[in-house]
Amino acid sequence: MPLETKPETEFGAPRPGLAQRGGSFAGVRAFRPVTPRRLVLICAMLLAVLFVAVVIALRMGTFPISIREIVLTLFNGAIGRRAEIPSDYWLVVFGLRLPRIALGILVGAALSTAGAGYQALLRNPLADPYVLGVSSGAAVGAIVSLILVPRLPGAIQIAAFVGAVATIAVVYLLGRRGGQLDSATLLLAGIVTASFLSAVIMFLMTTLSGRDLRGMSFWLMGDLATPPSVNMGWLYFLLVIGLATIYGTAADLNLILTGEQEARHLGVNVNRVKLVVYLAASVLTGLAVSVSGAIGFLGLLVPHVMRMLFGTDYRVLIPASAIGGAILIVLADTLARTVVAPTELPVGAMTAIAGAPLFIYLMRRRVR
Amino acid sequence: MNVLTGRGGLAAATAPSAEPRLKVEQASFAYSATDKSAPKFTLGPVSFDARQHELISILGPNASGKSTLLALLAGMHAPLAGRIALDGTEISKLDARLRAQRIALVQQESELLFPLRVWEYVLQGRYPYGRRLRFESEEDCLMAGNALAQVGADALRDRWMDQLSGGEKQRVILARALAQQPLLLLLDEPTQHLDIGGKVELLRRLRKLTAERLYTVLVVTHELNLAAEFSDRIVLLHKGKCLRSGTPAEVYDRATLEEVFEAPLDVDTRASGRPRVTLRGSEHG
Repeated sequence: MPLETKPETEFGAPRPGLAQRGGSFAGVRAFRPVTPRRLVLICAMLLAVLFVAVVIALRMGTFPISIREIVLTLFNGAIGRRAEIPSDYWLVVFGLRLPRIALGILVGAALSTAGAGYQALLRNPLADPYVLGVSSGAAVGAIVSLILVPRLPGAIQIAAFVGAVATIAVVYLLGRRGGQLDSATLLLAGIVTASFLSAVIMFLMTTLSGRDLRGMSFWLMGDLATPPSVNMGWLYFLLVIGLATIYGTAADLNLILTGEQEARHLGVNVNRVKLVVYLAASVLTGLAVSVSGAIGFLGLLVPHVMRMLFGTDYRVLIPASAIGGAILIVLADTLARTVVAPTELPVGAMTAIAGAPLFIYLMRRRVR
Repeated sequence: MNVLTGRGGLAAATAPSAEPRLKVEQASFAYSATDKSAPKFTLGPVSFDARQHELISILGPNASGKSTLLALLAGMHAPLAGRIALDGTEISKLDARLRAQRIALVQQESELLFPLRVWEYVLQGRYPYGRRLRFESEEDCLMAGNALAQVGADALRDRWMDQLSGGEKQRVILARALAQQPLLLLLDEPTQHLDIGGKVELLRRLRKLTAERLYTVLVVTHELNLAAEFSDRIVLLHKGKCLRSGTPAEVYDRATLEEVFEAPLDVDTRASGRPRVTLRGSEHG
């Protein structure tokens, strides 16, 4: 018998008798699976919030600029009428604040998506993007470049990315069992690698001079003040590839979360999905860490908040986490650079200070 | 004897000359820790077949090879030798999604990491029919609703999975398997955590589904008497070998059962013609 055709069981057709019984089928509409419509609605809503956050971030700072002027500047900039914009507005909006916001959005989206991916991959709600040591590897790369080529511009970010990629490869090799990624083994391999690399970081930090040491500790906490040495377009290109790759496995991740064996029986290629998610989430983490340092808490917090708001379905959770992470980091960075201006706080400290109470509030409020 | 269960007539009417749906021919398998070491456990060769409308129980003590046989039937491993075919196609050669459209396995469910509603859980059974991002279609919702109705769990639709009783949960898990619209329904110790009422209820339901629909049902179980009462045929495994297969009356032989289960047993025949196994108590001995 050809594989494509399956003998029709009478189960294949809805039973008229049942449908007519009213009660049992009237409720079918109450089923609310994720529809493309619902997905678009949620994303549009979150994007609107993100837009508001961006406007707030553009408004705040030492140089005063009103919301009306911001909107006008953005509008004229968007339609290419640069001549109509006063040059100081142009500089503040497009030269200073917007690039930093764009970097924040990139980092927030990458970390939150990676966090959601790791939580499913490791089947552990406590997993965050740093649990597998990617950020520690990036930090080692950054320190090594600070020691070897302290004056070379951009070297620190490239070295950090190389460190992250090397860690991804090592943890992958250690985290396999019987030739396949195994969640428990992977988690242990990642944690061991992370603590080993942390020890290396501590050791290397003692060799740094005072100025580098302060820069490094800021980097370890996360910071958006340094513009990336690589073209932002390339970074966004990598981000979109990473997001799309993870999103392609969303339906599979839903089933894997219910149980790996069961997912296999339902036809999911579990090994392939795990490998894809591991690579994509790790590259996203490496990307974020290389340009901004290890901004903490975001990658753990945002997926959980989005779960509480929109449910556990990864087809919604992944885009919602990406946008939600962007919103949170834009707001946190605005606070970080304004509360004790002109001094800046590390944004990583801000995400934790603002994020933890929000998380606890949502957790306590939740009734189910 | 078959008239009593109401099955024989139906089977004779619908599939008098049909090929067996499931054919297990001399299938064997071996587990070993590494590729080179000697096998730790060997199964087979096992042979039996199963038709539409048949409910077959796989019996045997612990470590007799029941789970291995089930893994082979579910297509998780290819047999080392022999052949397991569903409607003429070897199960292990089926693509994962096609396999999931034909074979459903009911296991003890894993612990859920995040809370899930019953309908979300049942809709997962539609996964093998989905397209790229697998947004559920109207038909998927209808099938999931249908599956819930078939196990009498319509009312549970909006409940949370972790707030169900053992019996309710078992019905929902069964519903997810039915939502796959399988030809072959495999159940791994489905009665394990149920009280006696729940066990009888579940097996009655399976019996009814088997008779009314075109399913072929295979149940791995430790329940000798329930298996005798509800199965068309029994496959008895012992130490990785298929000791006997046939109707309950053919398989339930006192000496065989005592040897396999290493317990003093009595086997008598009930008025229905089906055998009954009791423990030979010391007060009678």
